[in-house]
This record gives sequence, structure tokens and C-alpha cells, in this order.
Amino acid sequence: MDNLIVQMINENQETLKNNWLKEVNLFKDKEIASYSTTLKLSEETDQQFFELLIKHINYHDISKDGTLDQFFDQVLHTGLPLKYLTQGLQIARRVILNMLVEAEMEQEKLAALYREIDSWLDPILNRVVENSSQIWERTVSIQKTALLELSAPLIPVFKNISVMPLIGSIDTERAKLIMENLLNGVIKYRSEVVLIDITGVPVVDTMVAHHIIQAADAVRLLGSTCILVGIRPEIAQTIVSLGIDLSLFPTKSTLQKGMENALEITNQQLISNE
Amino acid sequence: MDIQSCVEVRNEWDIVSARQLGRNMAKELGFGNVDQARITTAISELARNIYLYAGRGKICIEPIDQLGRKGLRIVALDNGPGIREIRKVMEDGYTTSGGLGAGLPGVKRLMDEFSIESTVDVGTEISATKWLR
Repeated sequence: MDNLIVQMINENQETLKNNWLKEVNLFKDKEIASYSTTLKLSEETDQQFFELLIKHINYHDISKDGTLDQFFDQVLHTGLPLKYLTQGLQIARRVILNMLVEAEMEQEKLAALYREIDSWLDPILNRVVENSSQIWERTVSIQKTALLELSAPLIPVFKNISVMPLIGSIDTERAKLIMENLLNGVIKYRSEVVLIDITGVPVVDTMVAHHIIQAADAVRLLGSTCILVGIRPEIAQTIVSLGIDLSLFPTKSTLQKGMENALEITNQQLISNE
Repeated sequence: MDIQSCVEVRNEWDIVSARQLGRNMAKELGFGNVDQARITTAISELARNIYLYAGRGKICIEPIDQLGRKGLRIVALDNGPGIREIRKVMEDGYTTSGGLGAGLPGVKRLMDEFSIESTVDVGTEISATKWLR
């Protein structure tokens, strides 16, 4: 970096810092206070932020000692909004430019220094955005995996009887998974009857119905019976209005009734010890 | 009326948020359980059509009040390929995507009023209303 600008910044560090803190506080009062009242932004974080920025003027490599990355990670993990960091960087750029303008120098020199500042702050800004998007991507992918694991379990309950409880919205990806787990499970557990419970499915539209019909049909091809249970009254009404024909396989209102039916089909009985 | 809310539909998850919006509004207006289910299902069908056939578009939901008669209107808008044979798509069992072909005629039955306007290569606008009883 140009020595002149480094020197100027170092000499005026106190003024710059005060100006920066003032603007950051203004921004915080206006933007972040409304963001969440539980978030407390300590003065310490601000101080640390600015000092790190100044420290990195002398480095050409922003990941030199890792302190900057560490700081960003720490801030983002405490749930502070990303805009605190981006705004902080923009304010830093602004206060330094103000300082340059006040120094009254030639235009060419000013433009050169301006480019220097950009080449100093831009990589830091990029790094901030990169870090935060990585955190998000990681979170989303973890949740996706977690969701898939919970998605469509087939549970063997009695001999030759299995249950698949479905909870939440069904999209194409999940529908595929339901079909796969259902068919694999029917073979694996030698199920004669599979109960699909849709109590937890909020909306049964034509697409969901279509997938259920296909799944039940595939189960039938394997020689087993599929019983659809957990049909709430309002869902029954919408299915009828939509004109969907679910008469190809038995349906029951509750899992309990479905289970009684399944026991009947498999010639089993529950006997109490009394 | 100005209290209209819209949801952009670009992927499958937007269908869920459109549904959520509709359910909340229906609940607020005082629709019963069955009508809430009807409204959310209708939104689901319309939003899925946008996602499947037009790729992107939006679902707008607004409460309406005509001379004291209250209700809820769903408007589905897209700039997709349009529908060539409107009469055909309103028939039960007609489908171009391997589905059940119950979507649009189903929406018509789920709701009280239904209108569809479509121009090939320009887009489609479907509006459906449910009255509060």
C-alpha cells in the first residue's frame, strides 16, 4: 500500500476512530435497535472491529493471522446481523475519504489514494459476505439432511403390519422419498399391510393425492395392501370437491381404525390379559 | 381494497408460503376449518400450476367487502406460455403433465366464483373468490 495513506491513517487514527464510532452508533440506534431488542452490541465489539481494520492496512493478505476471520465468525455466530459488518466497513471507507478530502490534495493523488483504500477494504468486505453466506449454506444443508432423515420413516408395528406417518408439507423430493422408503420397507419387513397416516399433512391437493395414489398402487403391485388413515373431515371435503378418486384402496379416519382393519386382513388379534 | 398481499412463486417452497398466507388471512376473516382447507388447497393448486407451467409468477390474496358481503379473493398471475384450450383444462382428468388433471376444475368447485383469462405466449390470470357465510 501507498505509504502516504498508511501514514495518514495512522496519524489520524484517533479522529478516525471517533468519527467512525459516532457514525456506527447512529446506525446502530436506527437500524439494529429495531432489529432485535435482545441483541446487545457492546462498545468492545466496535473497538475491536475498528482496531482490526486499522491493523490490516499494513497486511496485504487479509487472512494473514486469521484474526479478522475469527472476529467475523464470532460476530455472525452471536446472531448479529450481517449489515452491522458491511455497514461498519462502509462507514470506515466514508470517514477515511472525508479525511482525504479535508487534506486538500491534488485530484490525481486523491484518485490514486482512493483506489488504494478500495483495494484495502474491498477484499475485507468480500470476505465478510463470503463468511456469512458459508454459515448460511452450512446451516441450510444441515437442516436439509435433518429434514430428510425425519421425512418418511416406515415403522414395523406388528407382524406384517407397518406404519408410515407423514408430517408436514409434501414436495416432489419428499414424494420420491416416500415412494422409495415405502417400497423398500414393504420388502424388508415383509409387510402385508402398510398404513399411511396423513394426520400431519396440512394440505392435500391434487399433487399430494396423486403421489399417494401412485404409492398405494405400487404397494399393490408388490402384493400388499395400503390403507390411507388420518383423513380429517375438512380434508375429506376438499378431496371430494377436487374430484379425486381414492376408491382404489381402503381409507380410514384414524390410525386406530386402520390398525383394526390391518389386523383383520392379516388374521391377527389383540388379546387382553384380563 | 389495498390490503392485498402477494407471494412470488419461483420454487416449491414458495407454494408453501403462499398457502400459509392464505390460511392466515382466511383465519383472520373468520372462515371455518373446512373453508380454510378449501382456500389453502385452491391456493396450492394455483401456485403449483404457476410453478409447473409458467416457471414463475405470483399469487395475490385480498379480503373483499361488497356491500357488507365479506370474502377472500385469490388472484394467480403469470407471464407464462398461456393456456391454449381453456375449455379443455376445465374438464376433469385433462392433463398435460401426467398429473390427475383435477387442479383447475377442482379449484372452481372449491371456491364460489372463478374466472380465467389467458393469452397464448402472454400469460394467465386466474381469479377465485370465496364468500364468508
